[in-house]
Amino acid sequence: MKKNRIIILREGINSTFQDLGRSNFYHIGLPFSGVMDKRNYLIANKLVGNKHNEAAIEFAYQGPLIKIEEGNINFAISGDIKFNIKKNGKLITGDCYKNYNLSKNDEVDIISTNNSIYGYFAVSGGFELKKNFGSFSTHVRSNVGANNGNKIQKDEKFLLKDFKDNYSNKSLKYMNSKIEYIRILKGTNFDYFSEQSIKEFCSKEFLVTKLSDRMGMRLRGPKIKNLKETNIRSEGLTKGVIQVPADGNPIIMLSDHGTIGGYPKIGVVISADYDRLVQTPPSKKIKFKLIELKEAEKLYKLYQMETENLLSQI
Amino acid sequence: MIKNISNLGDAALYCDFGNEVNQKTNIKVIKYFENIKNLKIKGINNITPSYNKLIISFDLNVINFTELKKKIEDINISEKDIKQDHKLIKIPTCCDDEFALDIERLSSKLKLSKKEILEKYLNKEYFCYMTGFIAGMPFLGDIHKKIRLERLETPRVKVPKGAVGITEQFTNIYTFESPGGWNILGSTPIKIFDQKNEKQPILINPGDTVLFYEINKKEYIKLNEKE
Repeated sequence: MKKNRIIILREGINSTFQDLGRSNFYHIGLPFSGVMDKRNYLIANKLVGNKHNEAAIEFAYQGPLIKIEEGNINFAISGDIKFNIKKNGKLITGDCYKNYNLSKNDEVDIISTNNSIYGYFAVSGGFELKKNFGSFSTHVRSNVGANNGNKIQKDEKFLLKDFKDNYSNKSLKYMNSKIEYIRILKGTNFDYFSEQSIKEFCSKEFLVTKLSDRMGMRLRGPKIKNLKETNIRSEGLTKGVIQVPADGNPIIMLSDHGTIGGYPKIGVVISADYDRLVQTPPSKKIKFKLIELKEAEKLYKLYQMETENLLSQI
Repeated sequence: MIKNISNLGDAALYCDFGNEVNQKTNIKVIKYFENIKNLKIKGINNITPSYNKLIISFDLNVINFTELKKKIEDINISEKDIKQDHKLIKIPTCCDDEFALDIERLSSKLKLSKKEILEKYLNKEYFCYMTGFIAGMPFLGDIHKKIRLERLETPRVKVPKGAVGITEQFTNIYTFESPGGWNILGSTPIKIFDQKNEKQPILINPGDTVLFYEINKKEYIKLNEKE
């Protein structure tokens, strides 16, 4: 039997294979990587009947143009995405959070994201890929992960694993929510900064700049004034840490961040707000709100429950 | 031995071993790192040792700050368990002008000739404090007091793969092309990080000893082809 196969006619922007990321390699310099927006990724995989850690294609701003070269596929797209489907030569406007069956020569054109950055393309059965360091997640900087650690390129072909042809059509009613504040906890160098700066940091708006990617989100707003030390001894980092270099402009560490860093940490984004933080596109503004650890833990439980609830509706 | 444990966000522990950066403190950090790794505590998904800190990240679905803090506090490591049993790694380095990108800056700022700088730098044993930032990058020290210099005022957008650099009391190897501000004085053709070798991906581990020795351009090209 011939394998189901797709070909990439246009690669889109920063299209990579991602799963839930890799653990336990920070100490050799490999970050978690993995999907930026975990909830949307989980939903896409569930819609096509995959187990929760099957690799999906993550794209930013614009997704790939994909053609089915052999066999057929069943796919779903999650996020806030505009896309078209060409089925039997007919053009259809695609809906997110719904799965579609396509056959040989049909196409999916992922045109753009709306007011957000990342989207996910998942297929029933998943892609035929090799894990690297326990995960499919691609970390381009160190050439680690599926597809030899590279971005997905034009003309590349990918095989799909077999799946049940009779997979029933599924959909989910879901709106990507926006939050008024990104909630944070105090960072380990919180007291390095002037009282005035801390006040501004927790109340004023910060612009998400274009210099943002899977590694980090660079912000611009009121300059954060350091009264103590603008460099610290390099030490471990984690997702969501907000570092402030000497220039006073905060940088939030995202999924592909360098594993150690030497700038003072003013705060850390709470786990419950990470998925929504990473979807904030450049030129939009964000505001921070300082909360306590116990509250952050409660909010995470709530966020997890909401996710589980959504997944159970599929 | 951990002076203080606080939270770094809602999903990581920040273990502070004090302010001093020296091998004695760092060996304690590494010992804790190895010990905690071997305990395989459920929920821990990363442990990051550095000069004098240990960051332990965890899955908030499995464990929380208070529970994990208690577990880490209960670990008992005595001073006498701390001994070094690590290997010596010799790194061939070509210091020809085409690779020694910052040798002139070093020479003029340190008021030493190229020969004097390399004499003080090469064939000395350096301790590996930590690895990271980019995959496999070792942070080594301490270099001779007379060749210590701060980072470049404007970091390079691209430091070539294999570049060997120094800053303050430390020296390192750029395992991948990367932005960076260290003073570059040579290049090694040796592969420090091997993504195909998942069991032993990095050549240099925290606690190891590293020595740089000089090779000429011919040897560099020959080794480069082999890698």
